Amino acid sequence: MKNHSLALRLSAGFGFLFLYAPIVALMVYSFNESKLVTVWGGWSLKWYVELFQNKQIMDAAWVSLKIAFISATLASVLGTLAGFVLSRMGKFRGKTMMAGWVTAPLVMPEVITGLSLLLLFVAMENLFGWPAGRGLTTVIIAHTTFCLAFVAVVVQSRLASMDETLEEAAMDLGAKPVSLFFLITLPLIAPAILSGWLLAFTLSLDDLVIASFVSGPGNSTLPMVIFSKVRLGVTPEINALATLMILVVAIAVIAAIVIMRRQSRIQEP
Amino acid sequence: MITTTTNTTRLTLWQRLQGIRLGRWLVILVPMLWLAAFFFIPFLVVFKISLSEAMIAVPPYSPLLEWDPSRAYATLKITFGNYLFLFESRFYLDAYLSSLRIAAVSTFFTLIIGFPVAYLIAKSGPTMRTVLLSLVILPFWTSFLLRVYAWMSLLKKNGLVNETLLSLGLIDQPLQILQTDVAVYIGIVYTYLPFMILPLYTSLEKMDISLIEAAKDLGAKPWRAFCLVTLPLAKPGIIAGCLLVFIPAVGEFVIPALLGGSDTLMIGRVLWDEFFLNRDWPLASAVAIIMLIVLVGPIMFMRNGNKEAM
Repeated sequence: MKNHSLALRLSAGFGFLFLYAPIVALMVYSFNESKLVTVWGGWSLKWYVELFQNKQIMDAAWVSLKIAFISATLASVLGTLAGFVLSRMGKFRGKTMMAGWVTAPLVMPEVITGLSLLLLFVAMENLFGWPAGRGLTTVIIAHTTFCLAFVAVVVQSRLASMDETLEEAAMDLGAKPVSLFFLITLPLIAPAILSGWLLAFTLSLDDLVIASFVSGPGNSTLPMVIFSKVRLGVTPEINALATLMILVVAIAVIAAIVIMRRQSRIQEP
Repeated sequence: MITTTTNTTRLTLWQRLQGIRLGRWLVILVPMLWLAAFFFIPFLVVFKISLSEAMIAVPPYSPLLEWDPSRAYATLKITFGNYLFLFESRFYLDAYLSSLRIAAVSTFFTLIIGFPVAYLIAKSGPTMRTVLLSLVILPFWTSFLLRVYAWMSLLKKNGLVNETLLSLGLIDQPLQILQTDVAVYIGIVYTYLPFMILPLYTSLEKMDISLIEAAKDLGAKPWRAFCLVTLPLAKPGIIAGCLLVFIPAVGEFVIPALLGGSDTLMIGRVLWDEFFLNRDWPLASAVAIIMLIVLVGPIMFMRNGNKEAM
């Protein structure tokens, strides 16, 4: 029994080491004075300075943030509706089809999603003249579509694990469907929507393949710029960028976990 | 009005609101129309274009319906040439097979590495469980591209992995790891690991630990108890995790492009090159349609399995 436990601990420890070693190495080398990644030249912040002076990276970061903010918001609205419809509206014609359409983007290879959306946009442009060319709008539509699926799944699982009695009580007391949704259901699923929004935001910030297909010239997102730089060789300012992004995400995730735990403690004393 | 709701007669909230059908359909239609327009219809467009011929024009493919204004009639022009080309050429067949192989091998290793992690988390106490689970989720929230890039500097000839192996005396010359299939396996296993751990954890967490104790009381050795009790109970999680890794890995583009060599053949990369370098949109569409057909089985399986596994 003891041996078994030790073996388990060791193999799980290997799993965690595997998950974190590359990230830690990358963060440490972001403070390396030397341009050569393997040679340690002492601690320095020079790659951070260089990063903030790089106009191409900063512009792309701004484009990415705008796209991520708008797509995450749109995806949260549509995804919440989809998750609500799938878990609270009983049976209706087309429900199976809708469930399929909602979950399929989760696993669809990105090259297929990207290619199919681009070909759709080109066909639409030929038919109706919209969207004229490709740019922010087309990337936002594409990101909203695949992020919607993630929000819907998060919201749906929250609704599924949630008892309907509160909603039923409100209805028995005469609440109209619209006020029932906004006064009872929405506050109850707000943490799920928030984590869905955060997930959508990071997924959109992270996406390279789909954005490469559907964005137009002059609208490079941050991953597109990173990809083209990285392909040419390892550049130390990317280490600095990665470290900053990881820190921001880590802080956001920890904050989200703390908020969610506090919320669940209030609801289930 | 006081209603007693029992499980047998309990209606869903919305069944009780039959009166407001319009509002109900509006709520259903908004996400449905969005998904139809930007998820379902695009596949029809891809299919349509895969049946046309490549042209040097904008858009770079021939129209399927050719309208002749002078005689006021349309001709339908369909070609299966793109598909024939895919089947006749050894290159594309090899690319499909090698993608499936790389995805399958990576999925297997993801399972081997992910299982103990998921098991340990499921067996931990509540606080430890939250901490470990957050540790698994954290990399999943950080940029995929940057995590692949982190491996590039580790796996280089003079990278940390080679340096460590050299200093431990395990090798006497740096190994060529970057730009080989091994690097692609490492990259896929690494980036998709959380997708394996989470569903495994979900199904292991629900498992009743007393079943294993019962097996041990009845004289089963730990390994036998694991094979006969734990594994079958974790089956939904194993299936869900494997599909969540396997399906996107087949079409992977970024990992083979950054970590793989010029001889690493993956269909996602072939599609990308066909589209962006050769600009043959109809052929790229045909590549996508065949890839989709290969993946339809696993995707349907995923959807049906979803209800029990997650």
